[in-house]
Amino acid sequence: MRCAGPVRSRRLRPAPLNAHAIEDLRFIRETMENAASFTAVPGWGGVAMGLTALATACVAPRPTSATAWLITWLAAAPCAFAFGALGIYWKARRAGTPVLTRPGRKFVLSLFPPLLAGAVISLAIYSTGLGRLLPSIWLLLYGVGVMSAGTFSVRVVPVMGLCFMLAGIAALFCPAAWANAAMAAGFGGLHILFGTIIARRYGG
Amino acid sequence: MARFNPLSGHHPLETRRTDRVAPRDRGQATAAAELDRLIHERMRLGIVSALAANESLSFHDLKKLLATTDGNLSVHARKLEEAKYIACEKYFEGRLPKTVYRLSPAGRHALERYLDQMEALIHSMRAR
Repeated sequence: MRCAGPVRSRRLRPAPLNAHAIEDLRFIRETMENAASFTAVPGWGGVAMGLTALATACVAPRPTSATAWLITWLAAAPCAFAFGALGIYWKARRAGTPVLTRPGRKFVLSLFPPLLAGAVISLAIYSTGLGRLLPSIWLLLYGVGVMSAGTFSVRVVPVMGLCFMLAGIAALFCPAAWANAAMAAGFGGLHILFGTIIARRYGG
Repeated sequence: MARFNPLSGHHPLETRRTDRVAPRDRGQATAAAELDRLIHERMRLGIVSALAANESLSFHDLKKLLATTDGNLSVHARKLEEAKYIACEKYFEGRLPKTVYRLSPAGRHALERYLDQMEALIHSMRAR
């Protein structure tokens, strides 16, 4: 049986104050992290993503050539995400804050599942010859990701997500020949519009 | 590690007159006595910390964040407001009353001083 130890001497000697001080500092850090929102949303990075989409819409072949069209847009996607990631890194560095704070991690974890789902659905849809639905699906799922991630960020981000979803719904009723225009208006126009708003209101 | 008891309101770093303090702990007690009692209390420390990370927070947001009751938050916020550590703004949003709190420069300074004191306390204890 374990000895309970000298109870009297324990009472007289409180736990070290530095342990309480560490606990206090941890409490302050956790409270600040829980209260903070992800503010490193890239405004200028969003504008760069939008410009990438506009450039891609200009060079992308007509949707009649489904494979070439898909390859062009799939090649543009990593470039756009690189601009977004660089924008986040640049903004966080300028503000002197780490990129992956708790709200930052929540933002990323909320954004990526719909994007992953979009990639898987795209493969399935392309293989069944329904490629004309891709702009709508990409806009809708990107909108879902941005909207859910935006709950951990500044207020304008969920609004941007909602606009992407509305653009996706509108693209659903557009003729297949308008695919590049829908992509330019959605990924190009909305990114540039909201990127400028975020850059001006939330510092870059 | 001793836990903060929100019911007693007694913080482990506060030294009561009735506490029996061993001579070697008197230095610690002096350091504790220099702390800003106003934000030393856990709930008020939470309010100030949360407001330091945001431009402003509503009463509802703070209540959810600190997992507390209307009455408790209201009492502690009023104490901080009286000390001019936070500023309170009340207005109507449609027909609903809304209360928004902001951290004042004095409150930010108090939090920074408190953090410095905590870090100094940790360093001094580690140096022994």
